[in-house]
This record gives sequence, structure tokens and C-alpha cells, in this order.
Amino acid sequence: MIIMSIQEFVVNFANQFDDTELEVFNPETNFRDLEEWSSLIGLAVMNMIAKKYDIKITPAELKSTNTIQELFNLVNNK
Amino acid sequence: MENPFSLKDKTILVTGASSGIGRGIAIACAQMGANVIITARNEGRLQETMTNMVGDNHTMMLADLVDVEQRAHLIEQLPLLDGVVHCAGVGARVPCKNIEGTDIEHVMQPNFYAPVLLQAELLSSKKIGKSASIVFIASRAAEMPSVGNAVYSASKGAIISYAKCLALELAPRKIRVNCICPAMVWTDLALVGASREQLLDAEQKYPLKRYGTPEDIAYLTVYMMSDVSAWMTGSSVDITGGAKEL
Repeated sequence: MIIMSIQEFVVNFANQFDDTELEVFNPETNFRDLEEWSSLIGLAVMNMIAKKYDIKITPAELKSTNTIQELFNLVNNK
Repeated sequence: MENPFSLKDKTILVTGASSGIGRGIAIACAQMGANVIITARNEGRLQETMTNMVGDNHTMMLADLVDVEQRAHLIEQLPLLDGVVHCAGVGARVPCKNIEGTDIEHVMQPNFYAPVLLQAELLSSKKIGKSASIVFIASRAAEMPSVGNAVYSASKGAIISYAKCLALELAPRKIRVNCICPAMVWTDLALVGASREQLLDAEQKYPLKRYGTPEDIAYLTVYMMSDVSAWMTGSSVDITGGAKEL
């Protein structure tokens, strides 16, 4: 079931970053390659997904994804 | 040589600036060259703070920080900040036996909820610049028990614990977070639980023979706002006139 648009998800994902520009983010972005990526931002992403989409993902699930699209698919399949 | 404690070109938000320590901090930051944004609920008293500040690059913004909409409105108007001093707070003396939910809310809302939520909203709306300095005015009451002060003491203990975690999370961006823990300072808040006469008597028990003044706390805040304290974060600094109890 599609509960959100990928465009919206990319923006929400990007908003967890302080310095990386929004233009850098697209569905195929490998977020682990971004200089600003950290475990703290990972925590913020998990929190954003819980609050905006009411879906809880585990650290292990987050760890299994590398691109925003992969994370989006994971959330959508929950 | 330029004054290393200068706050020139820094934009600093001071909450609770309409009286007491907050007013003293706003005035001292202005004196040191900062562009100061002062906020509080009471327009008349906030205006009085404003008239005591040197320089003309200051702004006042009325807001009740407990109110989510007023916080949002404040944040909308704010520029990028180099410093935030969370000074707004209330005192109350209630014996433990008499504490009710409303007593806890009355203190925890302004002393804990509001600064924590304001800080979260400032960060998520990207209003805090890199290498900024954030200060929470806590209190020695967090560790020094006094009768009737349980909820107030707990609210200050809570903000100190919170600030240490915040310091850790903001360190990658070189944003510093520290607390100031004053013992008794001559403000209206000090008069919440005792008369002036009682306090004049009690201050003689302080090793330096006096309670603090808002200026005493303001100059420590200036140090924390300035670049000289660049290596200080996650600290909680006592300023007490030597007192070991309140």
C-alpha cells in the first residue's frame, strides 16, 4: 500500500540534515555516502518516520538500507 | 588587541528578559556589542529592559513560551542565531506533602517543557548557526535541597541533565551547550519564599557576605556566549558567593 509520495519522503528525509543542501537528495541518493550522515541523523530519521507516518522501524531495518528509495520501500511495506 | 570577550556581530536571543537575571544578561550582552533579541510575556517590563540596553540593533518580541503557537510565531520572526540564553522561568515553594499536579505543571511547563521545546524547534527550523553557544540558567537548587523547593529543584535538575545530552548531540556542529547554576540572586524570584528582611539576614551566611546580583550571572553568561569559551561544552558552572547551601 502506498501511503506517501517518494518526493515528500525525500524532503522529510533531507530535513533531518543541517548542512547538506536539499538538491543533493533524490530517491537514488546513497545516504551513507553523505559526509553529514551519522548515527544521530539515523535516529532522527527513525523518529521522523514514526511521527510522520506512524510506522516504527528498527535500527537493524534502517541498517539494511542504503538509498532513500530502499528506505521508502521498507516503510511502505510495513 | 580586540577584547576577547567581545560579542560584536553576534546575534543572541535572551528569554525571560523582562526582569531579574534575564534582564541583566540582555543588558550585559548589549554592552559587549551583541545584537540582542529579547523576549518575555510582559510588554511594559520588556520595554524597560530595552531602554537600559546600549546600541540600537536590538529587537523585542513578545511571547509566552509555554504556548506552542506563540513559540512558532517567535521562531518565524527570528534571524540565524549565534547564541541563545534560556532564562525564562518561575519559582514556587510547596511542601512535598501538598504537591498537586497543577503545582508540577506550573513549574515544569515554563522551566522545562518550554525551553526544551523551544530549543527543538529552533534546531529543526535551522535557526542555530554553526559554533553557536546555548546557555540554560539552571540553579544550585538542583543539588542543594531547601524546604518547599522540591518541584523547582527537580525542574532545574531536569534541565541540567537535558542540556548535557543536547551538548553531545550538537558537538559535531561545534555548537556548545552549558548551564549556569547560581545560588541565591537578588531578583523577584528570590522573594517567592521569603521576605526581604529574612533574605538580608540569610545572605550574611554566604562566605562572600552577599547574595548574587543579576550582573554577577550576566558576566558569566557573556563569557559563555563569547568565543573565549570555545572549548567549554556540557558543563554546569556554579556561581554561589561561596555558599555550600542555599
